[in-house]
Amino acid sequence: MLPAPFSYRRAGSVAEALDLCTEYGDDAKFLAGGHSLLPLMKLRLAMPEVLIDLGPVRELSYIRDEGGHIAIGALTRHNDLERSGVLARSVPLLAHAAGQVGDPQVRHRGTIGGSLAHSDPASDLPATVLALDATLVAQGPSGIREMAAAEFFQGLFETALEPDELLTEIRVPVPAPGAAGWSFQKFTKRAIDWAIVGVAVQGHAVALVNMAGTPLRAAGVERALADGAPPAAAAAHAAEGTSPADDINASPAYREHLARVLVERALVEAQAG
Amino acid sequence: MVNGAPIAADVEDRTLLAAFLRETAALTATNIGCDTTSCGACTVLLDGESVKSCTVLAAQADGQQVTTLEGLAGPGGELHPVQRAFRAEHGLQCGFCTPGMVLASVSLLQENPHPTEAEVRAGLEGNLCRCTGYHNIVRAVLAAAQEPA
Amino acid sequence: MSILGTRVVRTEDPRLLTAGGSYTDDLRLPELDGAVRATFVRSPVAHARITGIDAGAALASPGVVAVLTAADLDDIPPGSDDPTAEPLLATDRVRYVGESVALVLTEHGSQGEDAAELVSVDYEPLPAVVSLDDALAGHTLLFPGTETNVVNSGGDPAPAGAFRGCDVVIERTFPNQRVAPVPLEVRAAAARWAEGRLTVWASTQNAQLARDAVAGAVGLEPGAVRVIAPDVGGGFGAKIAVERDTLVIAWAARRVGRPVRWVETRNENLLCMVHGRAQRHAITIGGTRDGRILAYHLDIVQDCGGYPRFGPFLPTLTKLMASGVYDLPYCGGTFQAVVTNTTPIAAYRGAGRPEATAAIERAVDLFATEIGMDPAEVRRRNVVPPEAFPYTTANGATYDTGEYAAALDKVLAGARYAELRAEQARRREEGGPVQLGIGLASYVEITAGDYSGGETSRVVVDATGAATVYTGSSPHGQGHQTAFAMLVADQLGIPMDQITVIHGDTDQVPHGVGTYGSRSLQLGGSAVHQAALQIKDQARELAAAMIEASETDLELDTTRGIWQVRGDPDTGLSWAAVAGQAGPGGLAAEVDFRPDSPTFPFGAHLAVVEVDTQTGRATHIRHVTVDDAGKILNPVLAEGQRHGGIAQGAAQALLEEVRYDPDGNPLTSTLADYAAITATELPSFELIVMETPTSVNALGVKGIGEAGTIGATPAVHNAVIDAVAHLGVRHIDMPATPQRVWAAINEAKGSV
Repeated sequence: MLPAPFSYRRAGSVAEALDLCTEYGDDAKFLAGGHSLLPLMKLRLAMPEVLIDLGPVRELSYIRDEGGHIAIGALTRHNDLERSGVLARSVPLLAHAAGQVGDPQVRHRGTIGGSLAHSDPASDLPATVLALDATLVAQGPSGIREMAAAEFFQGLFETALEPDELLTEIRVPVPAPGAAGWSFQKFTKRAIDWAIVGVAVQGHAVALVNMAGTPLRAAGVERALADGAPPAAAAAHAAEGTSPADDINASPAYREHLARVLVERALVEAQAG
Repeated sequence: MVNGAPIAADVEDRTLLAAFLRETAALTATNIGCDTTSCGACTVLLDGESVKSCTVLAAQADGQQVTTLEGLAGPGGELHPVQRAFRAEHGLQCGFCTPGMVLASVSLLQENPHPTEAEVRAGLEGNLCRCTGYHNIVRAVLAAAQEPA
Repeated sequence: MSILGTRVVRTEDPRLLTAGGSYTDDLRLPELDGAVRATFVRSPVAHARITGIDAGAALASPGVVAVLTAADLDDIPPGSDDPTAEPLLATDRVRYVGESVALVLTEHGSQGEDAAELVSVDYEPLPAVVSLDDALAGHTLLFPGTETNVVNSGGDPAPAGAFRGCDVVIERTFPNQRVAPVPLEVRAAAARWAEGRLTVWASTQNAQLARDAVAGAVGLEPGAVRVIAPDVGGGFGAKIAVERDTLVIAWAARRVGRPVRWVETRNENLLCMVHGRAQRHAITIGGTRDGRILAYHLDIVQDCGGYPRFGPFLPTLTKLMASGVYDLPYCGGTFQAVVTNTTPIAAYRGAGRPEATAAIERAVDLFATEIGMDPAEVRRRNVVPPEAFPYTTANGATYDTGEYAAALDKVLAGARYAELRAEQARRREEGGPVQLGIGLASYVEITAGDYSGGETSRVVVDATGAATVYTGSSPHGQGHQTAFAMLVADQLGIPMDQITVIHGDTDQVPHGVGTYGSRSLQLGGSAVHQAALQIKDQARELAAAMIEASETDLELDTTRGIWQVRGDPDTGLSWAAVAGQAGPGGLAAEVDFRPDSPTFPFGAHLAVVEVDTQTGRATHIRHVTVDDAGKILNPVLAEGQRHGGIAQGAAQALLEEVRYDPDGNPLTSTLADYAAITATELPSFELIVMETPTSVNALGVKGIGEAGTIGATPAVHNAVIDAVAHLGVRHIDMPATPQRVWAAINEAKGSV
């Protein structure tokens, strides 16, 4: 299988990428690691006319400790997140979750920005940055814009990014000492598969993978935790407000059950950590 | 650069690296086993790291070092420790997954020179084999980890 | 010391590990220069009438050489009158998603997919027959001119009184689900028509059967067709001979007068390569409370998919092997094979026998649970005893040799069964979320079931002293090159590196049967062994004349490959010298080995799983097996066959299932959706040696290619159910996915 024909353009910098985007408009798509986009193009579920390859944009690959938060370039690969000493010290949840994405080959190519901009609710990193209350930074012709992760994910494969904007940085607040406990629970068919259900917990923040059209915070669980509920009691609220899919991997009822089980396990692990 | 030699060709923009290696570079060890980045048969090393060449555009690899199975042995033909171990442990049967499996194993051992069995299995999660049940592949990778590179 | 039975690493591997294999799509032959690339247009609907095909837009697409449809098949012999006959390209109807409707030939591969999208086919939808019950009901028939969707049936209902004397009788209906073979190399072919001959390169398990199929399809004498099987990247039964798509490629090469190349995508492979299993079992088992099974009845419904290929035959094998390892006063059953609007079914690793084993081994566990007896003890009390061999079953199989109780006991000892049960009891007592399950399966299977077809060999020793083996048995990963060279080295003392094994080319090996049904070593290997013996006899005569000694005084020193007068190395003659004396062709012997019967390998598997009772996930943590296939030629190869088989068997128990929606749309048409098992879902395997020779052939060997699959599926399946049996669960359908396990626990809770 191969993609429908398109034109390939390389961008060497953010500025070049934005210029190319302005030039081609809606016909163009950014190509980061390509591990979300190229498979869809091979199946001809996506058929952009122009691909703007961000591979050479080295300036967007970094993990920097900025004091209160960690700044991560959007083109930082999962493998780099997984092995980052900075993240291991300050935001181990993100390093761990990145190590759960796909398989080693995917992690050698896939980037955090690509994964977030793709906005697949079954992906690991969207829910993770949501649990971390990250801020997403985009650059467009009119300048730089910051968005809370909660505003960024708008729907299945839909984000708050404008067509001419490029996601450039993810800012992850370093969890406060009282909220340092974390856990990432991913329930899959096989290790390489997307999550049937997943849970990211940082302190008392709880986000769910694949329980709706977007990653979402388990508000009922968080409220119960705020009221002092123990993990089991709080986890009972895990499926509230969710709308899980019915597909070959799981029924909605089973996904709701898994969400409760995994949230409880995540809370117990986070509290023990 | 493929296996240490420069190769330049004008190809259609949509050409995948796997197809470029097989058709343009005439290096057919790299096999294509699926359409969905699932099977790992097309795994090659890109700047030393395992990638699935069916999900990389040839153009994206421009200016980078690609290593295929054909380029893994030493200049005198001496086998890489992973190649030696796959033979000694009977880590291949039909051979179709083997190029990808070997290169994924090389990359795995570079990142984790002394893995446990569980780490080997996790490290090969992106590579399907239908013949060996993975048993001897896992043994081969563990054996290669014992060898001086 | 003989090389047989020793651990010889494969001679195939240096090439595969450095250059990679040369699979069909890798061929870079001058004969294929200028080949056009083929892309099939396939049905997107499960059941429809074709009312029109418009290739106009496709023909105008860049690089398109031709668009061929059934209307162009006017230069081949007419098809069969059988209303269920399968066309090469769909004529007026399509019967499954993926059925080939047209062929697009383009200058370059990249143009085919674009052009195929432009072929416009008008489909008038018909109701899709997807479930077995719909197929049996017959409200919609797949084939006009027939009165039923049932394409084969047989057997008898249980006679009155069959279950008389039983303290307990258990009935249960469960599926043996449809699975996909998934060889890593998909289907591929290339063809060239030149000077009145058709040459076809194809990924096949048997070139000679493929040649006959091609010749028949395109209307040529077999001698005008040459089929070459290059390296074959796995087959597992699904590449036996060739089917319609490869035949179309062969035909197209003649039709357009240019070489044609084709390789399918994995998506096409999951839609169009045959699937396996796809049976529904209704079992009835009865016996006494002291553990004696008195009666077992199995009713089978076989899904054949859209066309009756090998599907109608599969349940007859299941029925033949239905009684398994047990000595049963009554064993009977019926079968019905039906067509449905799904991918055709054919052989997949085990082909009919895994289904038989899965049914009875599940039934025995249900019986054991019902009477409250340890399942190992129930098995021990009912297996055919060693003194009963040869043993003829109620269904007409005659088992050659077997030590069924001994195999079971070896596995129980190797697994430390008592400790496992104690650990299980401890976990149940503690009531934690992760419970332990222990599953058993005892099995016997039939290999070389088509023994009467035999297998060919020709062994030549030339004037350089090197040997060449020509075999009709053609490998797809099994290691024939190593195994067959060992047989020659063993008899003739010619070093392994001077023995070449040639297979899979009908010009070099005109007669042969191929590799399937675990037949290669016992038939093909026996043929090589016999040919080597004949060479030895010929050489002895020649050498005696050359040394001027009596034949009876001569010996062959197989450590050096030297003929000499017994005890007198000074008289030594090399193979080169003796073969040189034989004339320009050297020494040659040809054998068509046909034994008198098949063989019946047997064994026992024990699987240990952990089941997370909260999520329902079963994790396979240990697997211990005895797979007794008689004498073992090369433990390295035999173990490899067992490993691969166990993995595929476990995959069916836990993960893999081809699924369709009610309209016949496939839901598992990529490897992202079809959960082919990976390294992370499997443990390392614990193999125990047991060799009970057969007397059917001189080597004492049986087949081992499918045993692992046959034993593993029910062992793993039983283990999952065993892990939650204390919660009241009696059965979970395969694959025992987390959701199914969770649902079964819930249901059991509700019923308590």
